[in-house]
Amino acid sequence: MTKQETLKLQAPFELSYDYKRSSGPIMSKFFEALSKKKILGTKNASGKVFVPAAEFDPNTNEALTEFVEVESTGIIESWSWVANPKPHHLIQSAFAFVLIKFNGADTSMLHMVSECAESDLAKGVKVKPVWSSDPKEMILDIKYFVLEK
Amino acid sequence: MKKIAIVGYAQNKILASAGALNEVELIMPVVHKIFNNLGISQKEIDFTCSGSCDYLQGAAFAFVEGLSAIQTNPPIKESHVEMDAAWALYESMLKIQMGDADTALIYGFGKSSPGDLDSIISLQMDPYYISPLWPDRISLAALQAQVLLNNNIINKDEIMHAVIESRNNGLNNLNALIQTSITEDEYQKDLVLSSPLRALDCPPISDGASAMIIASEDKAFNFSSNPIWIKGIDHRIETSNLGARNLSSSPSIKSAMKSLDIENTAFDIAEIHTQFSHEYPFLRKLLNLENVPINLSGGPLVGNVMMAAGLDAIGKVYEQLSTNSYKRGLAHATSGPCLQHNMLVSLEKNS
Repeated sequence: MTKQETLKLQAPFELSYDYKRSSGPIMSKFFEALSKKKILGTKNASGKVFVPAAEFDPNTNEALTEFVEVESTGIIESWSWVANPKPHHLIQSAFAFVLIKFNGADTSMLHMVSECAESDLAKGVKVKPVWSSDPKEMILDIKYFVLEK
Repeated sequence: MKKIAIVGYAQNKILASAGALNEVELIMPVVHKIFNNLGISQKEIDFTCSGSCDYLQGAAFAFVEGLSAIQTNPPIKESHVEMDAAWALYESMLKIQMGDADTALIYGFGKSSPGDLDSIISLQMDPYYISPLWPDRISLAALQAQVLLNNNIINKDEIMHAVIESRNNGLNNLNALIQTSITEDEYQKDLVLSSPLRALDCPPISDGASAMIIASEDKAFNFSSNPIWIKGIDHRIETSNLGARNLSSSPSIKSAMKSLDIENTAFDIAEIHTQFSHEYPFLRKLLNLENVPINLSGGPLVGNVMMAAGLDAIGKVYEQLSTNSYKRGLAHATSGPCLQHNMLVSLEKNS
């Protein structure tokens, strides 16, 4: 190596978000509760419960500030079976993306269901969460859902 | 309100991979083509607006580079939407209505081949509740397909026929990426990617660009003896809160139809931006198009250039009205998961 080459300026190039995202007054409460294995929703003036906690009602445009706790179990509203997960999927064996309506909620939440067969899935099937052993106040504090048997 | 017409449209042949061609090299030929068709140059354009997605190029403000494809000296008035170019058309129409322009060039471009579109689209979703789960665009579409099947709004036969019909129509479209028909048997044997959607139910990864020129009534006849009038345009968005949406219907399309007063209009032709096969029977019913020829171009299932496919739906209706005896046409463009955004454009030619 010549002397000139060793003088080259170098800097690492890592493509990443090097900042933390704030989740705001409503969602941060949802995530805090989630890390303690509790599911929170927000309620509008007519009693409709949004889970996961929503900041506003998209139909009435009202700001939602009243929190309610719902059960951590729910039912499948819709599902899509992924037989051959792609590298970016978090579960590398066959699983399903699902819309889950928690008991006590009026809206659904996107998540995943694992440890079951495609034929087990249908609208109304009951599911329960598998909690992460290392909660980080994010949606993946629930690793995925399994069938409630 | 000023009357505004489409006076020109051009599209590159859609490619599975444009290889080393960069975005500028995709845009430049199509812009030159539309200028040459009309015998004009950038000097005749008051406002230029593009539609593209920086996520596809993987760099912030990547769209700015696209401007290298057009003449920007002397300085021009231009804008960009981080959406399908159908929304660039919408912005251009507002610009003309405001009195800031009489003519506009719109172009859309997308190169999906270099990256992994499924993971890229995941990153565009709600960063709190949705993106961390890495839902791919096909699985999200499949969730709506399942809801529509469960509610008997569509059936599996209709989904299959949407694919077969699209492939057959695509045979007549020289710019289509896929130009082969398929049989029922081939469809049934196709791999299910995210149930209930098979690989054939999904649009092909596509690279390309399209351009359109619109003009106010005062200028339209300077460009074309047969302008196609934009009788109405309406754009509605549903909430980004996926689980709070009613996926068995489309409140956004219904309100757009109402606003355009087209619930009972007899269209001669329609092109709808149905990227997944189940959306075709769903929207055909919702839009009252059951007896209308739809997607004679083959639609997105035979070529789906991200950020241009919505503009292409409008462009294809324009082409049909320009060259055939059809008088009235409807175009639809969409964006977001499970048909979250919807735009309807009603087009008409003078009799």
